[in-house]
Amino acid sequence: MTDTKEWPLWEVFIRSKAGLDHKHCGSVHASDSEMALEAARDVYTRRSEGVSIWVVPSNAITASKPEDKESLFEPADDKIYRHPTFYDIPKGAGKM
Amino acid sequence: MYGDTSIQKPIKIAEPTSEEQARLEELFQQKIDDNIKIEPQEWMPDAYRKTLVRQMSQHAHSEVIGMQPEGNWLTRAPSLRRKVILLAKIQDEGGHGLYIYAAAETLGTSRAEMIEQLQSGKAKYSSIFNYPALTWADMGTIGWLVDGAAITNQVALSRGSYGPYSRAMIRICKEESFHQRQGYELLLTLSKGTKEQKEMLQESVNRFWWPSLMMFGPNDADSPHSAQSLKWKIKKKSNDQLRQEFIDATVPQAEFLGITLPDPDLKWNEERGHYDYGEIDWEEFGNVIKGNGPCNKQRIAAHVKAHEDGAWVREAAAAYAEKQQNKDVA
Repeated sequence: MTDTKEWPLWEVFIRSKAGLDHKHCGSVHASDSEMALEAARDVYTRRSEGVSIWVVPSNAITASKPEDKESLFEPADDKIYRHPTFYDIPKGAGKM
Repeated sequence: MYGDTSIQKPIKIAEPTSEEQARLEELFQQKIDDNIKIEPQEWMPDAYRKTLVRQMSQHAHSEVIGMQPEGNWLTRAPSLRRKVILLAKIQDEGGHGLYIYAAAETLGTSRAEMIEQLQSGKAKYSSIFNYPALTWADMGTIGWLVDGAAITNQVALSRGSYGPYSRAMIRICKEESFHQRQGYELLLTLSKGTKEQKEMLQESVNRFWWPSLMMFGPNDADSPHSAQSLKWKIKKKSNDQLRQEFIDATVPQAEFLGITLPDPDLKWNEERGHYDYGEIDWEEFGNVIKGNGPCNKQRIAAHVKAHEDGAWVREAAAAYAEKQQNKDVA
């Protein structure tokens, strides 16, 4: 094989229609951002799945670690007072 | 398209080396039993990772190699309509390969490594693509039977435990339905045609029926390490279960086409509520897997040639990107 190094990896995010968030859908290999956009368009939007594409170098993403899940997310579980259903509002007060 | 992993040596499952290891494995199995998907970066047993990489790379290779028998007919499609359909289908197969390579890369194996393993023969792909596409009717039969079998497999795989693989499968299943329908429609057209066209249809189905059934892999009794894949939910249904589902769905479609399937033992079993079918020629299957099918050498040679012929493009693009980057710095 002649290749010694592979093109970098890009993560692909697609907005499926105006008004919605961009959502991660996969990745592509490309030599630069322009090619990454073209490849993402061919690979992930062959059936009008998107109106906008973001490509981000995979190595530019900082992700939380699975082992930090407890310290990051568990404290939210016992703060039930952050949810509207925690509060009793009498029917007489009307829709709230 | 899909290649069954049980045709290869099982991956050895190591005993836990410490209490910590045993605890992690237990937690992992608990997640799987609770139908919580496993995502990249999370802890997973080594054998789970290896089994997945092998199955996913084999699956991706099958998609990519599967472009060849159909590509062979592009310039001979009988109408512009059929030609654009075939082009779109082949493009989809390439796309499906890329979805799965991307999903497999999240497990830490690079696409370049996977492709090297395909080209060196270390990695397998579905045996079905080692059969030639001899007539135009084969373009319909491949869509109907081969993609039909693939859908049966992939619907089950879309409920598998590894997040990126399952998401890729959902995407693929949505697109694959077009593949099967266009194939069946093509065959329906032939079934209403001339005597020669009807014969071409029957002859094509005669050739593809058994290899399509082989796509589901060996019988359960001969696929001992499938049990571990089922436990890990890498597989959701056994080979024989999926094969039966496919046969039950396909026989009425064959009747509607007005053709016969080349199996004298194929008949409805009232008691079982399924079709009974004849014995599969596993010797032929083994031979094709080993590399002695009609087209094994040709398929890999075409892949290597395309890869090598394209090397200068990859090098030029990389050099251009590097030059642009240096410009930005300066």
